Amino acid sequence: MSCKEHQEQFQQRQQQWQELVTKACARFPERRETFTTTSGLEFKRLFTPADVENIDYVEDVGFPGLYPFTRGVQPTMYRARFWTMRQYAGFGTAEETNKRYKYLLENGQTGLSVAFDLPTQIGYDSDHALADGEVGKVGVAIDTLADMETLFDGIALDQVSTSMTINAPAAILLAMYVAVAENQGVAPEKLRGTIQNDVLKEYFARGTYIFPPAPSMKIITDIFAYCKDNLPSWNTISISGYHIREAGSSAVQEVAFTLADGLAYVDAAVKSGLDVDVFAKRLSFFFNVHNNFLEEVAKFRAARRLWARLMKERFGAQKPASMMLRFHTQTAGCSLTAQQPDNNVIRVTIQALAAVLGGTQSLHTNSRDEALCLPTEDSVRIALRTQQIIAHESGVADSVDPLAGSYLVESLTNQIEEQALAYIRKIDDLGGVVKAIEAGYIQQEIGDSAYAYQKAVETGEAVIVGVNKFTIEEAPPENLLMIKPEVEVRQREKLARVKAGRDQQAVQESLSRLRQVAEDGSNLMPAILAAVKTYASLGEICDVLRQVFGEYREQ
Amino acid sequence: MDIISGVLAGQTRALAKAITVVENDRPGKKELLRAVFPQTGKAFLIGITGPPGAGKSTLTDKLISRLRRQGKTVGVIAVDPSSPFSGGAILGDRIRMQQHALDDGVFIRSMASRSHLGGLAKTTVDVIHLLDAAGKDVIIIETVGVGQDEVDIVKIAHTTVVVMVPGLGDAVQIAKAGVMEIADVFAVNKADRDGAGKLVNELRAMLEMSEAAWQPEIYQTVAKNDTGIDELLAGIYKHWDYVRQAGIDQQKFRSNVERELITYLTDGIVSLAAAHPGYGRLLDELAAKRVTPLEGAEKLFQELGLNCNWEKREE
Amino acid sequence: MAKRIKVLIAKPGLDGHDRGARVVARALRDAGMEVIYTGIRQTPEQIVATAIQEDVDAVGLSCLSGAHNNLFPKVVQLLREQGADDILVFGGGIIPDADIPGLKQAGIRAIFRPGTPTEETIRFINENVSE
Repeated sequence: MSCKEHQEQFQQRQQQWQELVTKACARFPERRETFTTTSGLEFKRLFTPADVENIDYVEDVGFPGLYPFTRGVQPTMYRARFWTMRQYAGFGTAEETNKRYKYLLENGQTGLSVAFDLPTQIGYDSDHALADGEVGKVGVAIDTLADMETLFDGIALDQVSTSMTINAPAAILLAMYVAVAENQGVAPEKLRGTIQNDVLKEYFARGTYIFPPAPSMKIITDIFAYCKDNLPSWNTISISGYHIREAGSSAVQEVAFTLADGLAYVDAAVKSGLDVDVFAKRLSFFFNVHNNFLEEVAKFRAARRLWARLMKERFGAQKPASMMLRFHTQTAGCSLTAQQPDNNVIRVTIQALAAVLGGTQSLHTNSRDEALCLPTEDSVRIALRTQQIIAHESGVADSVDPLAGSYLVESLTNQIEEQALAYIRKIDDLGGVVKAIEAGYIQQEIGDSAYAYQKAVETGEAVIVGVNKFTIEEAPPENLLMIKPEVEVRQREKLARVKAGRDQQAVQESLSRLRQVAEDGSNLMPAILAAVKTYASLGEICDVLRQVFGEYREQ
Repeated sequence: MDIISGVLAGQTRALAKAITVVENDRPGKKELLRAVFPQTGKAFLIGITGPPGAGKSTLTDKLISRLRRQGKTVGVIAVDPSSPFSGGAILGDRIRMQQHALDDGVFIRSMASRSHLGGLAKTTVDVIHLLDAAGKDVIIIETVGVGQDEVDIVKIAHTTVVVMVPGLGDAVQIAKAGVMEIADVFAVNKADRDGAGKLVNELRAMLEMSEAAWQPEIYQTVAKNDTGIDELLAGIYKHWDYVRQAGIDQQKFRSNVERELITYLTDGIVSLAAAHPGYGRLLDELAAKRVTPLEGAEKLFQELGLNCNWEKREE
Repeated sequence: MAKRIKVLIAKPGLDGHDRGARVVARALRDAGMEVIYTGIRQTPEQIVATAIQEDVDAVGLSCLSGAHNNLFPKVVQLLREQGADDILVFGGGIIPDADIPGLKQAGIRAIFRPGTPTEETIRFINENVSE
């Protein structure tokens, strides 16, 4: 059959189908006039080859491990090794969290992920007035190196990779980690893991900032430079869309604002004199995965392709590793419901499957009870088992990027890339991400999406099972994990003990040395490392930096 | 009434309650205003206006800090627009001033514009009277400089600071928006951005054409970094000195109370008219083009026992 | 002029998750209320001082970090100390059932958890704000 005949036949069949559709719709009207994704992309009734006509397979899709990495960053993906199963955990004291880590490792988890409490994330010690009620609540409380030693007690740091969700004070926690490793006899170059270190999104999506943008960017590039020479296997930043999505953005906005942040970091690093092909391979990303399955799969593919193109075109990156978007994924916390919490297991499963089909490098699956409290051991085990079942039983990991070539998935991938790029250009026009934040643009865009979603839920246009449909009367849930107020008391006592027992003169000297370095603009990392080793507290170190750099206030 | 003595003694809670009474035309309003009125006319009124995103609140925040260091007490009225759809409002200017929340010498009140026929200007002047009588040395009125209502409020101030930023339209557009006439001091904020110099030059060129007695000065600030604020405040006080020397503050007080009188008159006459039994029928006649609005107004005045003729007699 | 309900939406503590607070603020605005939003990281003292200066009818507190048992009652207590206990206080966030009786006892009149329609919050305010 010639190409022309083929096309005629296609049109003829399409015509026939249209007629069937008209008849069918007359008898059974469709549930909605239009079906859209969270980003407002249209789910057409049917996607056909006509929707992917403009895609050049080699240029746009290509092969895994090769530019533009649409199909994945490794040539064989999960056929060699599954993604890293990494459950975010941390609560109460370092002792309790250390026990949870050992439990997870015994159950087959392959990497650690540390959650810190809010005082730690915002650079206050547990005895600070603003820490009242917050100590150990959303993560583990770390005041001094002594807490970090307890946290990793009995865990060989050359055997695990550790991800730390820490941003404004990332340099300090990383220094503590290096110091603990040193005590264990593990050299810094052997350390593997990630610090989140993504301050930009804190200003518009998560709120745990300390310093204004300029010094924050300076601290971040100091970490890049320090790790290049001392921790070559450490991922120096995890550019995070997760919290942007949790704040209410659409999938397209998540990609756009995350990559825009990424561009700002690369730009800052290049301006500080670093070679893009030296540091870019240590950049990593962190995405959310929500319920709209096909849009989510397409989102990851689009993000990978767009980042590769941006790195090549804007920064002239040469090495493939500099263009690869490697990412961790967490299932959407905001999709969990307090009502009928067991339903969350199914949501998490669908989301996890999308992340795997989207080619994630590591994955956290949320626990069913997280809309109520911190997860219990039982819930965490189910969440981990969800990943293990997908890996070992579903077969989706056995062929690379199995949804490629789907008319719908390729078409959505294209559309997400285009729309995200349009946002990035808008941000360029505003003068970059920092200016866009200061102008309130990003906050406004996210706020609009969040409010539109809330309205859709309240009108019933968006159905949430167990919340606005299929509801039941429920007894209050039992067996929730609660953090007792004693944790705060114990942590403060420990801090007082550590402070009393340390060499005060060494502490003061290290802090004044740090102030000097902060003022003269040289790399902060060595001075911070020296300070944590004297058991100077996180709060004391941050206070010095606050005095020199000032504090950011909400716009 | 202890709310009155509270206001006069500068008590926060009484002052806050009094503002609510005034803002919502609650019972006791007349007595309250009667009691405070003799105590007014002492505060220095600074108006701050400019387009959304110019950094007015951050600038206000920094000015408050300076004024407090000089030992002055400060009242702030931060006006945000009401939603034309629901009548509600989100008043977010305070976010940038929360560091002063615990300072007894600073009283911040957010107000929604509730835009309609002078309503804003009316209550704002009353609220100023209250803050003034409560002993605030300086009262800052912050409002978005778009729309006649907002511009009106700013006219109440002794010294009006117009805040501009590079990248939000050039000086010509600003002149068209009618902002040039009301500015006593210009602040070019976010002056670390590209285009700040250009904006300053454009403003300067426009000001050179003016023949007014007071020539506004232009100050460059970066409010978020606390840069240029001292100079700006000095510029504001320079204008304040001029105002007092030229006796403008007395004139202002007179024109402000006249403005207030006019808004109450307008407000009153409109409510009287609307409550008149013939009002609905009159509207029907207007809609049917049987009567012109001018004739309608005259007719209503007559029925209310008032005589009003818009046609001027030949001299 | 008609009386408009004035509400303060505040985030006590260190929690930076303001999606819920901002969505509620918008919903209240769209229901015709005047809403003052304080921004994140407010101390109970700041919240109370703001509520008093603004003479609000109600204060909505949002906290997702688990510090609600410390922070919410503190706000009510400080309002009381200032003689402003006529102000209605309600809260929202990730708050376990077990904590609710204690919070209510402390004077927090209602708790709205994730998944609560904003309509419910609006109705609650309309019904409980005293004139």
